Amino acid sequence: MEFLLVLGFPLLGGIVLAMTGHWKHAAETNAAFSFLTFITSIFLTIRIIEHGPQLLYDEQIFVDPLNVFLVALTAFVGFTTSLFSRPYMRIEHDHGRLSPGRLRLYHSMFQLFICTMLLALTTNNLGILWVAMEAATLTTVLLVSLYRTAASLEAAWKYFILCGVGIAQALFGTIMLYFAAEKILGHQSGALLWTHLNMVKDQLEPTVLSLAFVFLLVGYGTKIGLVPLHNWLPDAHAEGPTPVSAVLSGLLLNVALYAVVRCKVLADGALQSNLPGQLMMGFGLLTVVVSALFLSRQKDIKRLFGYSSIEHMGLVTFAFGMGGPVASFAGLLHMTVHCLTKSAIFFAVGHASQQSGTQVMEHIRGLIKTSPTVGWGLMIGSLAILGMPPFGVFASEFLILTMAMQQQPWATPTLMLALGVAFAAIFNKVHPMVFGETTAKTLPHKPAMFPVFVHLALVLILGLWIPPYLADWFRQAAKFIG
Amino acid sequence: MTATLPISAQIINLLAAAMLLLAFAMVSQRRIISLINLFMAQGAVLCASTLVVAISTGQSHLYGSALITLVLKVILLPWILHRLIHRLNVRWDIETLINIPMTMIIGILLVIFSFNLALPISELAGTITRSTLGIAIASVMLSTLMMITRSKAVPQVIGFLSMENGLFFAATSATYGMPMVVELGIALDVLVGTVILGVFFFQIRDKFESLDIRHLEKLREDQ
Repeated sequence: MEFLLVLGFPLLGGIVLAMTGHWKHAAETNAAFSFLTFITSIFLTIRIIEHGPQLLYDEQIFVDPLNVFLVALTAFVGFTTSLFSRPYMRIEHDHGRLSPGRLRLYHSMFQLFICTMLLALTTNNLGILWVAMEAATLTTVLLVSLYRTAASLEAAWKYFILCGVGIAQALFGTIMLYFAAEKILGHQSGALLWTHLNMVKDQLEPTVLSLAFVFLLVGYGTKIGLVPLHNWLPDAHAEGPTPVSAVLSGLLLNVALYAVVRCKVLADGALQSNLPGQLMMGFGLLTVVVSALFLSRQKDIKRLFGYSSIEHMGLVTFAFGMGGPVASFAGLLHMTVHCLTKSAIFFAVGHASQQSGTQVMEHIRGLIKTSPTVGWGLMIGSLAILGMPPFGVFASEFLILTMAMQQQPWATPTLMLALGVAFAAIFNKVHPMVFGETTAKTLPHKPAMFPVFVHLALVLILGLWIPPYLADWFRQAAKFIG
Repeated sequence: MTATLPISAQIINLLAAAMLLLAFAMVSQRRIISLINLFMAQGAVLCASTLVVAISTGQSHLYGSALITLVLKVILLPWILHRLIHRLNVRWDIETLINIPMTMIIGILLVIFSFNLALPISELAGTITRSTLGIAIASVMLSTLMMITRSKAVPQVIGFLSMENGLFFAATSATYGMPMVVELGIALDVLVGTVILGVFFFQIRDKFESLDIRHLEKLREDQ
């Protein structure tokens, strides 16, 4: 029942807001639907903690500790983003960048996007997983081009075509997986169910599975933003409305990575070698290094943090590639804290660029004077994402690095260096934006800084002390990944 | 091999050859209307081959799959595309980024590569269609090539859709098709995607007064 509501609320919200999304209380309605989704996801989580993994609706839905934590996280960030988008979209509307029709499109697609991601997380059927991932792209394409500027149209086009080609590779991978599964499980719809595949994974044909995994990694990797398939990501983040950048960065990348991890479990079982892990480590390391180098060249603030997302996703991919309980634990923790921190940063960045009327960093100055909360939010958020103690990102990066020293010592210096370069690049750019002289006016509506500080407080708590039930939950999930 | 193939397998091989031929025709086609017609023909071949496999193997869900292909790829999508280019009034000839003979040579190399890739897999496959897997992969590769070499938005999308055709063909060749619920989902995504792109074309044209995606090359690192 809880599950039905978790998917039902955003779906209903999408339909209702498609008709009423330009109404003056549409933003509140949007937040209300997101809140209901969040509450039901908490009930779902409690139920999973109490009763263990559950198979629902003819085994089509599978909820276990691994995905239920992502479901709760997705619903939570969806809710806080809807709170942020209320004043943000009002200000955009006042600036004349949005018509009622576009506002309706935005609200409706926001809810449907959350719905598709929740479906992708909870489905047990790898075919449906693919369908939901593609649907998540489709719902956001028109959001990226919401402002109809030349640059936003280009970003949306690139997003669609690159992710379209990528996702086609993933479909081929899924077909190959089905082909291998069908030999063991017979020709029936159960042959694409993850739980069934997981039971027979050691019997699956290794040659087919390795081919399938390569295609799946490249396909879903396009969505994670792994180098060299990352080109769409900074553009889409920079040109879309900021709430969309926040959910793309915080949520969509996580969901795509989740899809890869699910497939990796199967490939690991079939191959009896570390090929999937090595592929993920290679891609992850390359991603961290390349994106760190690109950071210092950025001029647009949202592109800067887009590249930072790529870097962190590379780090998580590397962690999952190493495998083992501690590295997987660190990967999950890093996914969580990155998601919370990055969406908080995007909230602050959104208001900062509205304040200065530009996304070009050279022209954003002295935020601390015009609106201290935005300035502090951006500063603290940046410090958190750069891995300063005592924030949660420090804890997870520290764990990943120590595990790398233990298991893959060759990779450690490269990782350290890349993290250092990223630190220098981001800190150098954020510092003058926050402190410094300015003549900018204050915003017409009060900025929504509440979500920013809630997220940052959570990241701080996770850095100082992980509640035992949460740690237990991560540990269980890490065990599933292996 | 002295034994002759059963008649159904022969028909499937013939259709697979037609599929490959159409993929090459699409890569080399300059006119946009003909491109849509070729896409329609490819859909029809896909539908026919799915039907033949369904009849010869008795896999009942493949009839459904053939029906989806018929409705979506032979009727609905070409109709949407025809209407789109009529409304957008873009019946110009397409310029390619690489000249056609060069594209064909690259295409031939891709086919050889695909057949090599398919070889170990088709040996494992027990389906009567297994020999066509190489062709399926080749069509996917050729569609990707088409997307890369075209500079206009509409041909890129046709390339994208024909890639989907190739993937469906691969699914039928290797495994007698995916489970029904997945096929329905994929069909829905393709349809929604085409509609969204239709909306998108109008946005692009309103902004640039052209559908040449070379306008869409402003976002670079060194801007």
